[in-house]
Amino acid sequence: MAGTVKLRGKISDGVGRIKSLIPHPMETGTRRDEAGNLIPAHHIETVTCYKNGNQVLKAEWGAAVSKNPFFEFKVKNCVPGDVIRMEWTDNLGERGSGELVLK
Amino acid sequence: MNRRQWLRTCGAAGAVGVVLMSPLRVLASVREVFKADAADEVVAKLIGARPMETSDRIKVKAPELAQNGAVVAVKISTDLPDVSAISIVIDENPNPLTARFEISPDSFAEIATRVKMGKSSNLQVLVETADKVYVTSRQVKVGLGGCGG
Repeated sequence: MAGTVKLRGKISDGVGRIKSLIPHPMETGTRRDEAGNLIPAHHIETVTCYKNGNQVLKAEWGAAVSKNPFFEFKVKNCVPGDVIRMEWTDNLGERGSGELVLK
Repeated sequence: MNRRQWLRTCGAAGAVGVVLMSPLRVLASVREVFKADAADEVVAKLIGARPMETSDRIKVKAPELAQNGAVVAVKISTDLPDVSAISIVIDENPNPLTARFEISPDSFAEIATRVKMGKSSNLQVLVETADKVYVTSRQVKVGLGGCGG
């Protein structure tokens, strides 16, 4: 389902390792459908990651990030109970987000 | 020019300097860099006025041969200090700039993602710091293009 982010994460030695998966077509705009018509570009442009409401990482993506993007990153000074939030917007203005409470 | 005007002039010049030097200026135009169709242009725009040098302190894990160009796993880490951003540039893709990650003091300069490659290409990783940009590159051969989905 569009509009969601699947988040997983764990803490080791205070470092939060976060894995995310965003269901999204990531169309480049150069592919053609069976009738030969160009499929319009539809891809995520911005992904922002927060820990307890503070931005810790921001990613800008082009159309060449794979379909259903996987993204893994590490956050400093994590303790159980910290809330990791990820938000994305795409080139058509669609948005999605996901939240994870670290254990 | 009296003292008040002088101070005002200095203040304005200082503000312009800060704006020009700030990474925010890069950020404002980063969407434009994604539209560039030549790797050289992408790299030039990302580094701006900073010097660039190759570095063996950037670790890039990417397959030498990718069976499927639609999903090429790339893992990047570096022990370079004060990293502000990491970019992936795939020279042979129609738009070489693939992704740019802005690292903060609260996150590590270590990311993993998956990218599409239309054909075999040089893959560059740029690591930005405030006063310098470091680069390393890999050749990735692609069995099946990423453009076919």
